[in-house]
Amino acid sequence: MKFQIEDVTVYFPYDHIYPEQYSYMVELKRALDAKGHCLLEMPTGTGKTIALLSLITSYALSKPSNSVKLLYCTRTVHEMEKTLAELRLLHQYQLQHLGPSARILALGLSSRKNLCINPSVVSAENRDSVDAACRKLTASWVRALAIENPNIPTCQFFENYEKASSDAVLPPGVYTLQDLRAFGKEKGWCPYFLARHMVQFANVVVYSYQYLLDPKVAGIISKEMQRELLKGLREILIRWLRRLKGLRPPDASRLRAEYNRLVDGLAQRGNLSITDTWLSNPALPDDILKEAVPGNIRRAEHFLSVLRRLVQYLKGRLETENVEKEGPVAFVASVNAQAGIDQKMLKFCYDRLHSLMLTLEITDTDEFLHIQTICDFATLVGTYTRGFSIIIEPFDERMPNIPDPVLQLSCHDASLAIKPVFERFQSVVITSGTLSPIDLYPRLLNFNPVVSRSFTMSLTRDCICPMVLTRGSDQLPVSTKFDLRSDEGVVRNYGRLLLEMVSVVPDGIVCFFVSYSYMDSIVNRWNELNILKEIMQHKLIFIETQDVVETTLALDNYRKACDCGKGAVFFSVARGKVAEGIDFDRHYGRLVIMFGVPFQYTLSRILLARLEYLRETFQIKEGDFLTFDALRQAAQCVGRVIRSKADYGMMIFADKRYSRHDKRSKLPGWILSHLRDAHLNLSTDMAVHIAREFLRKMAQPYDKSGGSGVKTLLSQEDLEKMSNGNNGEVLF
Amino acid sequence: MADGQVVKRAKYKSSVKGPGVPGVLKMTQDKFVFMPNDPTSSARLNVEFRLIKGHKFTKEGPNKQALLNLAQDQGGNYIFEFDNFSDRDVCREFTARALAMSGESGKADSERSAVTIQDEQLSTAEMERRIKLLQEDSELQKLHKQFVIGGVLTEAEFWATRKKLLDGDAGRMPKQRVGLKSAMLWDVKPSADGKSNRVTLNLTPEIVHQIFAEKPAVHQAFLNFVPSKMTEKDFWTKYSKAEYFLRSKNAVAAAAEAAEDEELAIFFKHDDVLLNEARRKIRRVDPTLDMEADEGDDYMHLPDHGLPHVGSKDAMDSQYEQYRRSLSQSLNRHAEVVLEGRAINMELGDTRAVAEALARLKQVQLANEASHGNNNQQRLVRISRMAEIEDLQAPRDLPFAPLCIKDPREYFDSQQANALKALGDTLAATKQMKCRLSTSEAYRSLREFISEVKVAGLGDPIVKPEVTIKVLNGLTQSISSTKYHLGKNPQESVLDRLPSMTKEELLHHWTSIQELLKHFWSSYPITTTHLYTKVSRLKDAMSQIYPKLQEIKESVQSDFRHQVSLLVQPMLQTILVQALDAAFAHYDADLQKRSSAKSGERPNGFV
Repeated sequence: MKFQIEDVTVYFPYDHIYPEQYSYMVELKRALDAKGHCLLEMPTGTGKTIALLSLITSYALSKPSNSVKLLYCTRTVHEMEKTLAELRLLHQYQLQHLGPSARILALGLSSRKNLCINPSVVSAENRDSVDAACRKLTASWVRALAIENPNIPTCQFFENYEKASSDAVLPPGVYTLQDLRAFGKEKGWCPYFLARHMVQFANVVVYSYQYLLDPKVAGIISKEMQRELLKGLREILIRWLRRLKGLRPPDASRLRAEYNRLVDGLAQRGNLSITDTWLSNPALPDDILKEAVPGNIRRAEHFLSVLRRLVQYLKGRLETENVEKEGPVAFVASVNAQAGIDQKMLKFCYDRLHSLMLTLEITDTDEFLHIQTICDFATLVGTYTRGFSIIIEPFDERMPNIPDPVLQLSCHDASLAIKPVFERFQSVVITSGTLSPIDLYPRLLNFNPVVSRSFTMSLTRDCICPMVLTRGSDQLPVSTKFDLRSDEGVVRNYGRLLLEMVSVVPDGIVCFFVSYSYMDSIVNRWNELNILKEIMQHKLIFIETQDVVETTLALDNYRKACDCGKGAVFFSVARGKVAEGIDFDRHYGRLVIMFGVPFQYTLSRILLARLEYLRETFQIKEGDFLTFDALRQAAQCVGRVIRSKADYGMMIFADKRYSRHDKRSKLPGWILSHLRDAHLNLSTDMAVHIAREFLRKMAQPYDKSGGSGVKTLLSQEDLEKMSNGNNGEVLF
Repeated sequence: MADGQVVKRAKYKSSVKGPGVPGVLKMTQDKFVFMPNDPTSSARLNVEFRLIKGHKFTKEGPNKQALLNLAQDQGGNYIFEFDNFSDRDVCREFTARALAMSGESGKADSERSAVTIQDEQLSTAEMERRIKLLQEDSELQKLHKQFVIGGVLTEAEFWATRKKLLDGDAGRMPKQRVGLKSAMLWDVKPSADGKSNRVTLNLTPEIVHQIFAEKPAVHQAFLNFVPSKMTEKDFWTKYSKAEYFLRSKNAVAAAAEAAEDEELAIFFKHDDVLLNEARRKIRRVDPTLDMEADEGDDYMHLPDHGLPHVGSKDAMDSQYEQYRRSLSQSLNRHAEVVLEGRAINMELGDTRAVAEALARLKQVQLANEASHGNNNQQRLVRISRMAEIEDLQAPRDLPFAPLCIKDPREYFDSQQANALKALGDTLAATKQMKCRLSTSEAYRSLREFISEVKVAGLGDPIVKPEVTIKVLNGLTQSISSTKYHLGKNPQESVLDRLPSMTKEELLHHWTSIQELLKHFWSSYPITTTHLYTKVSRLKDAMSQIYPKLQEIKESVQSDFRHQVSLLVQPMLQTILVQALDAAFAHYDADLQKRSSAKSGERPNGFV
C-alpha cells in the first residue's frame, strides 16, 4: 500500500497496516525532519522492523537531493539475515511501483568467518584463525613475496578482486551474507573485501552493533563513508556495555613464550623504523600515530621492555590473596609507582603493538592474542579515568581453595562507548520492545532525544494469555528461590506442569530456566523421576547447551519437528543466546513457560561494582535495578511467542514471587494489560483448564480488521480518510 | 538359504512336558521331515509348510529348553526340542522364511493365474500393482477371490471401478512407514537377578537399530570389529559396560577401565562422526537461526582466555572430561534421530545386516546432498515467506501433505473411546447418582412433569410430533436391544458383541453387496449383449446372498440371534429389499421391455 505522511509518500509492502505502525512512522519521520536522535518503544510482534525500513527508504526516495544512508545495527547475525529478508520484500514492492528509480544497494556486513569463500581458509575453527589464515594469504608483503616466488600461496579470490579493482562492484539489490557469498563465488571475487569496499556506495548497511561501538572498526567504516549518515540502532545497550579482560597464570606463562618470540623476531629482523608500517587495514591514520606515540616507546626494544614490566606488574597483582577493586586512576598511579610506566605510555600500547606487528610482518595474528589483550587493557586503563573499575579475584567464589586468579576490567558507563556514535551521526534511532522506563535511557546514555515515545499494542482479540502459576496441583508453592529450588516437591510440580501442558498444547512449547546449571540439574531430576519419558510420549525434547553448534542444530530440528506436526519442547535459558535472539512465533511457540524469576547472579563482583556506580551516579536502588532487570528478562523471554496479531500464545510465569505486586508491576504494559486478576494465583490444574479454553477460543475464525470498536488493522482507504480528517495522532 | 535345506538333531514331542523322540529334522523349501533315530518308532513326520499356520519358540535362557512349536492349520501342533539355541534359531528362521514363502506364493499364484488368463495384454507393471494392492488389502482380496475367481465379474470389470486406486497408487506418496519410538534408550533397564552381581540387558534388533542411528561411532566400531576382531556378543557386552559406567557417572572408574581395555575405550571417546556431521549440517541450517555465525562476530570476544561463564565451572580435572556425557546432548541427538525417522526399510533381523544397510544409506545421503543445488533456493523462498507478517495481507494457500491414516476405522474408534473414557472419568460421579434413583421416584417425577404439562399445556411444539414419535421409537428400540447387555462396555457397537466369525461374515457380505450393486447399476443402460450377460450374472450372485444372510441369522447362538436379526433386518430391508429389490424390479422390467421389443422387432424384420 501507498500513503502520505506529510510530504513523504510511504511505500509499505502489505495491503494493511497496524495503527501503531502508522504512528511509529509518523514519530520517526518527525525525528528525521528535526535531524535529532529518538527513542521509540513498541511491543514485540507489531512489525517495528518493516515500519522503520519502509519509512526510511521512502524518506530517502522522496528526497533524492538529500540522500540519506541507513546503518541498521542488529545484535546478531541471524537477526541481520531476518532484517535483510524483510528489506528484500520491501525492495521488491518498491521496484514494482516505482520502477528502476527505486533501486538501492543494501548489504550485510560481517566478519571474514561468515563471508570467506576460500575453502582452505574458511575451514578454520574460529574467527581468529580464519582472520589469521586470511591475512597469511592476503597481506601485502605476502603478496609481494608471491610475485617473486610462485610457491607462496595466495588467495585466488582476493587476487581476482584486486585485478578487477574499480570494476569490482555489486549491482543494486539486497544482499544477505549468503547472497554475497554466492555472488563472490560466481565472479571469483572475495566477498569480504568486496562488501567492505561497497559499504561506501550502499544505501542501507546492516551489521552488528558491535561494529558501530568498536572504535577501531567504526574508524574504518566512517572513513569509508564520508557523507552524513543516519543510523537505525536497535536494541543496543540493553545491558551495560562491558569489557572484560581476563588474565590467568597459565596464560601468563604462555605469554612469556610469545613475548620471547617477539623479541627473537625482532633480533632477527633488526630494527625497522615505524615509518613503513601501515601496509594494509589501517586502524588509525598515519599522521596521528607518528605525532602521538610518546618518544620513550618509539623504539621497539624500549616498548618491549615496557610491556615486560607491565606483564610483570600484572603478575604481581594477581598473586594477591584478597579480592581487590580499584578505579583506573588508582591503578595507573600504582603502575607508575611500581613499574615506572606512565599514563601516556599505557594509552599508546595498543597502537604501538599493532604497528610493531605490522612492521614485523606477522600474519599469525591469532598467536598473539594474549599480548594484544594486555595492550588493549593498558590502552583502556590509560585512556579513561572514570566509569571503569578493575577487579582482581584470586579464586572462584564456589571453590575458595583452588587458586584461579582473574583480573577484570569492567565498564559501567555505557555512555562512554556510545558517545562517538551520537556525535558522528545525524539521527540515531534506538528502538526495541523493552525500553521502559523510557526516561531512564537518555540519562544512562547521556543524550537528548528529540522524540521519545512508547507505543502500546492494539489487539483484535485477546491473543496472548499470560498466567502466574504459584502452586502445583498439590497446592504447594513453586519457586526458584534459593531455599526452595532443589526441593523435591518443587521439581516434581514443575515437571507435572510441563507434562500436563505438553498433552494439551499443540506444536511448539518453549521453557526458560534461570540458569544453565539449574536447567541441567532439573532435567536430570526429571529424568530420574521418569517425567522426561512421559513428556516424550507427547513431544520431542530439545535443549539449549553451551555449545553453539549443538544449540543451533537443536533449534533447527525443533523447527522441523514443529513444521511436521510432531511437536516439540525446547528447553532454554533466560539471558542465554536463544532467549535474546530467536523468535518462537506461530506454531514454533504456542506456550512459553518461565520457570522462576531470572535474577542476575548477585554475588558477581562485576555486578556489585556496577550497582554501586548506578547508585552513586543515578541514585538507582540496587533492589529496584535487580528486580527490574529480572522482570525485563522474563518479559523478553515470553515476548518471543508473538509476531503478529494473527498469532497467539500463552505465557506461564511459574513462580510464586510473580504474584507479588512489586514484582509483577514491573512487567511491560502489554503483558500486564492482559494479565487478568483471576490468573494471578493459579495452580497447575487451573492453568491446564485455562489453557484448554484459550486454545479452543483461538482456533476459531475471527474478523481481522477488529470489527466493532477500535480498528486494529487499517487499509489504504482508512489512512486516506484519516489524513483528510488530519487526526492521525488521535489513534493512540 | 543357499543349500535350500536345513538338517538338525531334534526331539519330537507331543507335548511340552513329554520326553520326546530323538531324531533328525530336515527342512526344505516346502516341507519338513522328521526321521526318528529309532526306525521302529511311529513318530515319523512329513508335513508340508503350507499346512503350517504359524510358529512359536521359547525365549533364550540358561535353564530353558530350546523349543520350536509349529502350529498346524487344523489345530494341533508339532513341538521340537533342540540341543542348543543356535540350532533352534537356524530352524526357526528357516521356518519363518518358508512360511512366508509358501503363504505368499500360494496367494499370489492363484491371483496371478487369474489375472493372466483373463487379460493378456496387461503390462507387468500394471499387474504387479494389482497384485500389490490385493496383498495389502485383505478385504479387497476377499472380494476379488469371490467375484473374479468365482466368475461373477471379469478381471477387467473388477478393476474398472477401482481405476482411481490403481492410478492413485502410482502418484501416491511412498507408503507410510512406522517411525522410531520417541522413548529413549535408557528405558532398556538392565535387570539384575538379585542373587549375584550379574546384570542382564536385553537388546532387540529394534534397540540395536536405534543405538546405531544415534551413535554413529558405535556403528562404525561394530562394522570394524564384528566379526573380525570380536564376536557380536563380546561387542555388546563391552558396549553395555561402557554405558553402565557413563550412566553411573563414575568418571574415574570409567577412565581406569578404559586404560586397561582399548576396545572399551572406544565407547568413551567423543563421537567424531557426530562432530563431522554437525559441522556439515551447520552449513545447511536456516540462516535466521544460525547462532554459530555470531561466534566471534563481535570485536571483543576473547577466545581461549577461559573467562569464567557464570555457573559453568567444573571442579573436575579435564582429563576425565571424555568420560562424562551430558544428558542434554543425548536428548538432542535422540530427538534428531526420531525426527529423521526410520531410514531403512527392511525387516530388523540380523544386526550385521542392519549395520550395513545403515552405512549404505548414509553414503546415499551424502551423495544426494552434494548433488542438490536447489536446496538453497528453497531455503530462500522459505525465509522470505517467514519474513512476511501474515495478517497484513491476503492469506496464501500453503501446500499441505494429505493426512494418511493406516486404518481409519481403528483410529477413529480409538479416538472416540479415549474421549469417552476421559469424559467418563468426570461424569462417573453424576452417573452413579442417577442410578440410585428408584423406579418409584422416577415415576413420580415423570407424573409431575406430565401433570404440569397438562395444566400449562404444550406451547408451540419445537419439534414436529411425527419426528418425535420417530425418535422415540428409535430410542426405545435401541434401548430394548441393549437392555440385555447393561454392564458391558457401553462403547462397543452391537457388532463387537457378536462372535468374531459372524461379525467378519456380516461385514464381508455387506461389502460384497455394495460391490455387486455398484457393478449392477454401473452397467445400465444395457446396450450390448456383454452387459446383458454381466447383469444376469450379477443378479444370480445377488440372489445367492439372501439365503446366506438367513443362514447367518439361524446359525448364531440364541443369545445373539436377536442382535443379528436386528442387524440383518435393516441390511435386508434397506439394502436387499430396497436396493436389491429395486435392482431386481428394474431388471425384470428391463427384461420384459427387451423381450417385448424383440417381439416387436420381429414383425419389422419380417416385413
